Formats: sequence, structure tokens, C-alpha cells
Amino acid sequence: MKTTTTKAGLERDTLDAVGAEITEMAVAPMTPTETDVESAAAADVADETAEQALSGGATTTPWWRSAIRQSAPVLLALAGIAAIWYLVSLAVLPQDQRFLLPPPHEVFSRALTNSALMTPMLEALGRTVVVAMIGLVIAVVLGIGWAVVMSSSGWAERILYPYAVIMQTIPILALVPLIGIWFGYGFPARVIVCVIIALFPMISNTLFGLQSASPSAHDLFTLNKATALQRLTKLKFPAALPSIFTGLRNAAGLSVIGAMVGDYFFQQGPVGIGGLLRTYTLRLQMDALFTAIALTAVFGVLVFTIFAVLDRLVIGRWYGLKR
Amino acid sequence: MTRTLVMEGVSKRFDTGTVALTDVDLHLAAGDFVSVVGPSGCGKSTLLRLASGLDHVTGGTIEVNAHSTSYVFQEPALLEWRSAIRNVELTGELRGVPTSSRRARAQEALDLVGLTGFEQQFPRQLSGGMRMRVSIARALVTEPDLALFDEPFGALDEITRLRMQTELQRIFQLKQFAGLFITHSVSEAVYLSNRVIVMSGRPGRVVADIKIPWDYPRPPELRYEPEFGAITGEVSAALGEHS
Ligand SMILES: Nc1ncnc2c1ncn2[C@@H]1O[C@H](COP(=O)(O)OP(=O)(O)O)[C@@H](O)[C@H]1O
Ligand SMILES: [Mg+2]
Repeated sequence: MKTTTTKAGLERDTLDAVGAEITEMAVAPMTPTETDVESAAAADVADETAEQALSGGATTTPWWRSAIRQSAPVLLALAGIAAIWYLVSLAVLPQDQRFLLPPPHEVFSRALTNSALMTPMLEALGRTVVVAMIGLVIAVVLGIGWAVVMSSSGWAERILYPYAVIMQTIPILALVPLIGIWFGYGFPARVIVCVIIALFPMISNTLFGLQSASPSAHDLFTLNKATALQRLTKLKFPAALPSIFTGLRNAAGLSVIGAMVGDYFFQQGPVGIGGLLRTYTLRLQMDALFTAIALTAVFGVLVFTIFAVLDRLVIGRWYGLKR
Repeated sequence: MTRTLVMEGVSKRFDTGTVALTDVDLHLAAGDFVSVVGPSGCGKSTLLRLASGLDHVTGGTIEVNAHSTSYVFQEPALLEWRSAIRNVELTGELRGVPTSSRRARAQEALDLVGLTGFEQQFPRQLSGGMRMRVSIARALVTEPDLALFDEPFGALDEITRLRMQTELQRIFQLKQFAGLFITHSVSEAVYLSNRVIVMSGRPGRVVADIKIPWDYPRPPELRYEPEFGAITGEVSAALGEHS
């Protein structure tokens, strides 16, 4: 499973195209003896049209294919986990300890048919989803804004970056008591935990992207007397878009974790799935606990897949690779 | 005749202490296409940056009499998220040219560089030669009086490079701007220019200013003539003595 930086995925896509280009170059006819200027140009463009045809083919992927490709490894991993689960439950654990890890089919058949258990669990999951999405939106807006300000001058970056790093390095557990004291133990505190956890990848990826435009492109803007706003909207921000999506994918995954950590510690008001996990643990409700864990895992995979697919779709279109 | 570019006694010392240029004199008029050759690191790019106003001299004077100056970089420097025509439109967009006339002029410029029909292609879908054509179209769309080229064909393969030279010569004949062209290829310099300037190693100064006699258009097979060989030999000798 790949959750890390930059545009490696995109480059992989265009590799074939580059390969085609090189081959075509090698077989291009020799033309230095050609006297007619126009016909040399025509030959040049004609060759390149052929290259184009070669490179154009492999780039159209429907979104569902992309979705399958992105989520297949994760689903396989889930299957692997189920297999290990069976192995431990049936082959490793002695009969009298099997309650610690009952086999999956027993757990899920008991839990999923029990609507008194499932209804509150799904409602709780829904609340966690809301916290995660609100937290993600805030983290995205805040992270992009923070990075834009940092990229505006060397000073701003030197002053603001350390705060981002500190926020990233302080363990969230150290902040939890303080957040509770300041913001109460309900919904706002949960969202804040979520934002703090999801913010850093947004900031760092956006900043990296904003700084990725080439010096020549910047010179071009300078020569044409571009305003700071034009430079931001027509150069830096568009250049940053692929990295912003990488950040978004990572932040989305983290926002799910953040929302559950928030639920777990801040139990005032309607309960979230993280809160239920705690309750089930305390009461040793093993079926419910495993079902809740499985639900959160499915939710996590879903979020990851959605953003990975979105990433590939938007970025592919951005560079004109998919039509 | 008015001089488009006049450099007198120009020198450039960077804050780091590096002296890139000393006492460079250079005169360029409309219809001149002048190439500069010199060992790498001798200050050729610096010379262009000074002429374009991207950087400032630390000695001497520069006078530019041009409504518009354009710059072609070593790499195409295209915006990957814009189609070919929207890349060419960029300069107009930044300068506040209205959309309709901007679009029409961009189309003309693409036609000029032989990219009719490729307007909607994105940079990643184009070959190296075509990307450089888009870059040249973007530079010419502003109808510059002074066009600066920093080794634009340096990264192209030999065949594409020869074609691009022929193309550039045709465009130059048509547009008659004053061209200042940096290259590390002596034969490219001699083939394209009416003057070739040879610079010494760092700190760069002008060590030879060689007139190239042939009228334009020059046929590609001029490169195989004995006189062509004689002149490239002369340029190479000047280069060899001072690097
Ligand atoms: N912004 C800069 N600051 C300090 N030194 C520079 C800068 N730009 C170029 N130089 C130095 O000036 C010299 C000339 O550079 P350049 O003009 O790029 O050479 P060329 O294009 O002929 O290869 C080199 O030694 C280079 O390291
Ligand atoms: Mg250079």
C-alpha cells in the first residue's frame, strides 16, 4: 500500500509514452540533405504525429478500473488478515481461550444479525464520519492557506514552518488533556484532534508543490511583469496541485484516525465509534468489538480508495493524459 | 539604424564573489542574428539575463531599444497543465491582452512554428522538438524586437536539432527581430548567424567577433561546403585559444 509523497504514480503512467517517443526518434529518416524548409518541417511534425499516436493509446482508464486497481491490494491484505485470524482462532488458541479471538464467521454472524447492537454502532460510525470530514475540510483549508503564506517569502517560511513541525512532533496524547480543558469533552474537541492529526501532511505537501515550479517558469513570469497574485494562481498553485492531492490522500486517512482518537477520549454528547470501542473493551463484548474494528477498517479503506481514485482522475486530467 | 541592444564595458560580479563577465561590448541591430559561443560557465546565460533585465550589471551600461523582449530558455519551460495554445497565450494573459485577440495571435504563432493541429495537446503528449516549438511560439507571440535564446536546442537529438535550425532561420527571415543566440555548437552558431561572438573562459569577455558572409536563406547543405568548414575552424580556433 502506497501512501507517500509526490508524483511517482503519474510518472509511471507516462513512462510508456516516453518509451514510444525514443523508439520513434531512432527510426526517424535522415533529413539534413533536404533542401526544402517547409517539407523538413512537415516531416518533423509527421514523425511526431506518429509518436503521438503511439503514446496516446495507453492513457485512458475508466474510474472504476482505477478504483479496483487502487483498492485491490488493500482488499487482498484484508483477506490475509482474515486468514491469519482463522489460523490463530482455530489452530493456535486452545478451546478455553477461544473467546479472545472467535473465528470471524461466528463473530460477524452473531453481530450483524443483532440489530440492537448494529443500529447504535452504525449511528456512531456515522457521527465519526461527520467528525472526520469536518476535520478534513478544516485541515485542508488551513493547511493550504498556511503553505501559501509560507511560500510567499523566505521569512514567512522560516517563522511559520517550526510551528507546523512542533504540531507534528508533539504526541497527540500529550495535547488531549489540554484540548479537553479548553474546548470541553464533546464534538468540537473531537474535530480539533482530527484537525491536528491531519494538518501536517496538507501543509508539507502543499508547500513542496508551491515551490516545485522551475526557475525558468518563474523567470518567464518575471519577464512578463506578473503580479504576485498572477504568479500564485497561474504558476505556483497549479504546479502544486499534484502534491496537494497527495497531501489530501494522506490527510484523509489521518482524519479517520483523528476522529476515532477524538471519540475515544471525548465522550460527552452522542457517542462515536471510537467511544463505542472503549465501551465494548471495558465490557469485554468481543463480538461487538471485532465488528466495530472491522467497520472502521472498511471505512478507512473506503476513504483511502476514494481519495486515491480522485487523485488519479484529477491529476491525469490536469495534465491532459485522460480524455 | 537604431541599435536594439547596446552593451558597453559590461561586467557582472555576483554577491558570492564570482566574476561572471568583464568588460563586454556587444551591439545588436534589427536584422542581426548573433550567436555567442564560449566554454561552459563563462557567463553566457548571465549575459542574456542582463540583456533581458532579469539581473543587473555591476559595471558598464546596457541600453535596450525594444518594445518587447522575449526569452527562450534552455528547457522549454512549458506549464504542464496547459495545452499548447494556452501555453502560448500565457504571456498575453499576464500582460492583459483581451482573450479574443490573444487566442488569434497564439494560433498564428503556432502556425508559424509548424504546430497547426496540435493546439489542444498538452506538453506531456508532445516530443522534445515539439515542446521547443511551443516555447518558441510563446516567445514570438509578443512580436519581440529583441529575442534572446539560451541554448534552446542543446537538449535535442542531432536530427531534430538540424531541423529546428532550419525552422528558426525561416522564422527569423520572416520576423526580422534582433536575435542573440547562445549555443555550445560551433556549426549551429555559424549556420544561423551573421556574426559569431567567441567568449573566453570565466570571467567571460569577448575574444573574437567573426562575420559570417552568406545571405539568408542558407540551404542545409551549406554545412558541407569547404568555406563553411573554414569558418567553423576559425571559430573553434578562437575558442581553443582562450578556454
Ligand atoms: N545567481 C548566481 N549567483 C552566483 N553565481 C552565479 C549565479 N549565476 C551564475 N553564477 C556563476 O557565474 C558563472 C557564469 O554562469 P553562467 O552565465 O550560467 O555560465 P554559462 O551560461 O556560460 O555556462 C558561473 O561560474 C556560475 O556559477
Ligand atoms: Mg548557460
